[in-house]
Amino acid sequence: MDNSIPLLTVLGVLPLIFSLIAFAVRGRAGKHVAFVGSLVTMVFGIWIFFAAASNDFSEMVPWIKAIGAWYALSLDGMGRAMVLLSVILVPIVLIAEWTLDSKQTDGHLEPRWGSNVFGALALMVEGFGLFVFMASDVLLFYIFFEATLIPMFFLITGWGGAKRGKAAMKFLLYSLAGGLIMLFAVIGVYAVTAGAGQPSFLIDDFAAIAMSETVQKMLFVGFFIAFAVKAPMVPVHTWLPDTAEQAVPGATALLVGILDKIGTFGMIRICLGMLPGASLWATPLVVVLAVISIIYGAVLAITSTDLLRLVSYTSVSHFGFMVLGIFAFTTSSITGSIFYMLAHGFSSAALFLAVGFLQNRRGSVAIADFGGVREFAPLLAGVFLVSGLATLGLPGTANFAGEFVIMTGAWPRQTAAVAVAVFATVLAAVYVLWAYQRVFTGQPSDEVKKSITSDLDGREKLVIGPLIALLLVFGFFPQPMINVVEQTAVTTMNVVGMTDPLPGSMGGK
Amino acid sequence: MVSLLEIVIPVEATGLFSYSWLMIAIPMLVSAILLLGGKATDSWGHWLGVLGVLGSLAVALALWITMLGLPVAERAVHVSGFDWVSVGNLNLQAGLLVDQLSILFALLVTGVGSLIFIYSVGYMAHDPNRRLFFAFLNLFIVAMLVLVLADNYLLLFLGWEGVGLASYLLIGFWQGRHSAALAAKKAFVVNRVGDLGLLTAMFTMVGLFGSVNFTDVNQAVGSASTTWLTALGLFLLLAACGKSAQVPLQSWLLDAMEGPTPVSALIHAATMVTAGVYLVVRSHSIYELTAAASLAVCIVGVVTLLAGAWIGSTKDDIKKVLAGSTMSQIGYMMLAAGIGPAGGAFAIFHLFTHGFFKANLFLGAGSVMHAMNDDTDMRHFGALRKVMPWTFVTFGISYLAIIGIPPLAGFYSKDHIVVAAWEQGWYFGLLATLGAGITAFYMTRLMMMTFFGKKRWAEGVHPHESPKILLFPLIVLSIGAIVLGVVLNNAIQYWLAPPTGGHPHSAAWWDIPWQGWVTLLVVLVGVGIGYLMYRGEISYEQPHTINPIVYIGRNDLLADQFNDVVFVRGGGAAAAAVATLDDVIVDGSVRSAGSLAKGIGGALSKLESGYARSYGLTMVIGAIAVGVVLILGRLA
Repeated sequence: MDNSIPLLTVLGVLPLIFSLIAFAVRGRAGKHVAFVGSLVTMVFGIWIFFAAASNDFSEMVPWIKAIGAWYALSLDGMGRAMVLLSVILVPIVLIAEWTLDSKQTDGHLEPRWGSNVFGALALMVEGFGLFVFMASDVLLFYIFFEATLIPMFFLITGWGGAKRGKAAMKFLLYSLAGGLIMLFAVIGVYAVTAGAGQPSFLIDDFAAIAMSETVQKMLFVGFFIAFAVKAPMVPVHTWLPDTAEQAVPGATALLVGILDKIGTFGMIRICLGMLPGASLWATPLVVVLAVISIIYGAVLAITSTDLLRLVSYTSVSHFGFMVLGIFAFTTSSITGSIFYMLAHGFSSAALFLAVGFLQNRRGSVAIADFGGVREFAPLLAGVFLVSGLATLGLPGTANFAGEFVIMTGAWPRQTAAVAVAVFATVLAAVYVLWAYQRVFTGQPSDEVKKSITSDLDGREKLVIGPLIALLLVFGFFPQPMINVVEQTAVTTMNVVGMTDPLPGSMGGK
Repeated sequence: MVSLLEIVIPVEATGLFSYSWLMIAIPMLVSAILLLGGKATDSWGHWLGVLGVLGSLAVALALWITMLGLPVAERAVHVSGFDWVSVGNLNLQAGLLVDQLSILFALLVTGVGSLIFIYSVGYMAHDPNRRLFFAFLNLFIVAMLVLVLADNYLLLFLGWEGVGLASYLLIGFWQGRHSAALAAKKAFVVNRVGDLGLLTAMFTMVGLFGSVNFTDVNQAVGSASTTWLTALGLFLLLAACGKSAQVPLQSWLLDAMEGPTPVSALIHAATMVTAGVYLVVRSHSIYELTAAASLAVCIVGVVTLLAGAWIGSTKDDIKKVLAGSTMSQIGYMMLAAGIGPAGGAFAIFHLFTHGFFKANLFLGAGSVMHAMNDDTDMRHFGALRKVMPWTFVTFGISYLAIIGIPPLAGFYSKDHIVVAAWEQGWYFGLLATLGAGITAFYMTRLMMMTFFGKKRWAEGVHPHESPKILLFPLIVLSIGAIVLGVVLNNAIQYWLAPPTGGHPHSAAWWDIPWQGWVTLLVVLVGVGIGYLMYRGEISYEQPHTINPIVYIGRNDLLADQFNDVVFVRGGGAAAAAVATLDDVIVDGSVRSAGSLAKGIGGALSKLESGYARSYGLTMVIGAIAVGVVLILGRLA
């Protein structure tokens, strides 16, 4: 396609422009600007999502010729799915946090800035995130990877609980540590390509170069650690619950829904796509860590006494499933992982935002402060339950499709790992339904009676309705989206040089 | 492989069969209207709910009648759906299989379902959330029909978990009650343990056969090793144990009685809990090739039929007696299903007749509760036969049916199972016969305590006969309990032979083998003991007991105590240990490193701008800047 208009650049820059305007326009008007910006980006992003099926929107401009850095963007199946996720989530989050200014609940400090700033920062997260999902140059990927930290840091530190500053710091330090290790790996990429004669940061160029196993392994470790921090894997996950506890649910939804996906995205795009040999070498350890994350996250979700921490631990568990699928090396397991990235984006956002509805009413997210809420807010109870059922992977929801395809695909190669991981489906039922039971059923306390005085209003329905609809549509009809993301899985399998196990190879006569 | 010759390949749907999905779509639409319509549908929602299941019943009847007119080879019909997931070498379709087995089940679900829906209009008349109740009931019908009409294990699983959800919503329907909320959660979680089995079974099927479609699996089973087939059989059995409340996953069913009584009748007696039996019968081609897994099914069945009867004999709560009885009767079905092709049809026969008489017993118990201000303690009943004649007569008919008095339905369906058990091994036969005796004992006990003897009513309770809308379903169900045995005795064997792989042998309804007479004798002994023990005074309070048999029975065979020690406390302690590990070690090590850095940072902060966070941010921006500068430096 002729590149008269660099559409992918436009997609990434659009939210950034609106972000700058929203910063400049103070007060309520700025908030509206940000919302309009998110809608414009959504419409354009959805168009790109569909148009990219039949058009190649790739852009490639030499950026720093001497070191082989390119301003290169492209969009494959996985990238399309992540674009779709990002552009849909941001406006939903902005509606959910529409009343941020008036949030004066216990344990919450005054907002640091006006709501226009929240919108501007959210758009900035979106813009930088989109560039990460579209970059096909490692240096470009790295720069935007780091850049997302800045608006996210301010989103955490600007609004939320009393200890939000500390939480933001923890988030930043963990991410920075990962990022710095990755920087060495990025420089290593330059060294390898330069050593081969033609320095280049292009992912495709790199994949074509033969290099020593040791170098591959070192680079793998550098990238993987950064991605493991992002896609919170045990033992580098502890920043997430602390952050989720303190930040406003909208900010956490962006963080977990979109930014954390960069971790699993990077594993597929960079680790498997550029370092297939080392990925295979690391598989045993990674699979063990993934299974530990799955069970460990689920167990900690059960023990959580704070709803936001609970939801964040469920994410630790679910990211474990994605990593397991990626490192099981079958077309279906990798496809399932990418699909699950999308599904989890919607389900975790739904659950975080539903907890936000509770927080806005009760001024607390401690489970012990609730009980019997359903009597006063049946609709809120209903949407929480449905979001929870999606989270526990009930068939008919998108999460089930993801988990099922991952585990079915992984079973022949990683039978033992799947046999352990599958127990998380029981633990998931415990953490979701026990939380529901303690918050919504039973007899309400006086405090609950006083504080839960209204059911969902129109704005809140507008937030949760689309998310639930998406979870059901992708649950009952996952195939169209599977077709989109399977392309990435097939390409990755080719790069890795693995073929799918044939039926019967497992236990025929 | 003899069985390979018997595999039925369904024909593609034409004519009326192409509309089979309407059976599911109608209640689904009704459920959606009731859920989304909100309070606007409150005044007429329950009648719409009844229409939903009646619509489904009409479609099922039309299909059944059409099927009757078809030659046997064309009675299994496949209705194509859509690609659910197709990726790599995984190809999962959503299609329906309408055959002799599934249509029978659909008739049971929608037929008994319709009666229970009508009953519920009256029973729930004073509940402010009656509309929601009917929305959930329709959701249940949808899920149950998906379960039995699916043409593959994955779609079956959708229905399987769907009925679990409906069961969860309906057990916990009165959410203000703590005990109801607990029971609902327990039911779902225990069922999920069983679902592990179905999930791993599907993973295994895809790994072995590349498909989870019934027909594909049936055709390919011969290619798999016996070890994997046994594993597959045990995985499926685990799933069946969860859904059908079989030992060791039985503990949820007794608690599930917290739900409104029509729910107990429909879901926890007539239909959903028997889904495990359906699963085993549907998977008969797997079990035929693995003697070990089949034996495990038989053992689970026998153990549960005795365990349920034990529990039923010791409870004073009328619904819990019936719940124990349900466990026990499903144990019979499971035993039959494990016996193999010959037993499969008998399992479904008993499942079908049990659906009628057990639904009748539960609805009758609901009628009694209605009269007794929702009291369920039989020690507070007594002498109700005179004030509630219709309830008494219909309940009495199903009482005779369940204990197996000829020529009522339960006699024939249970008789086949007992005979088959004797043929399988004298120990199975003996225990099955003994179970029949205990059944007679606890059901007689229930009858005596509820309808006979002196009145022991609480103050202010004035029992009265229930309104017609409650009695009508009772009458229809009791007619079923009378005639279904004689009517179906031979017919059902021939009808079910293709899907179950059975070889029917016809026998006239008056032709009863010796095992039948022995069982009848044992039953009469059980009735006698029950009569003698409970004809006298019955105390208003439950007497304290040191009799271990009574004590253990009252406490659900100590399953809750076991779960409490092992899972709640043991698991809780383990979880708490993980939480501590996470806080002290995983996070703690980073924190201590952090505080070290903070010390250094604190010293530096006097030189720098003073805030740790600006320090951190400077680092990010610095890192990016350094990178860019380095790169640009190279340019020069």
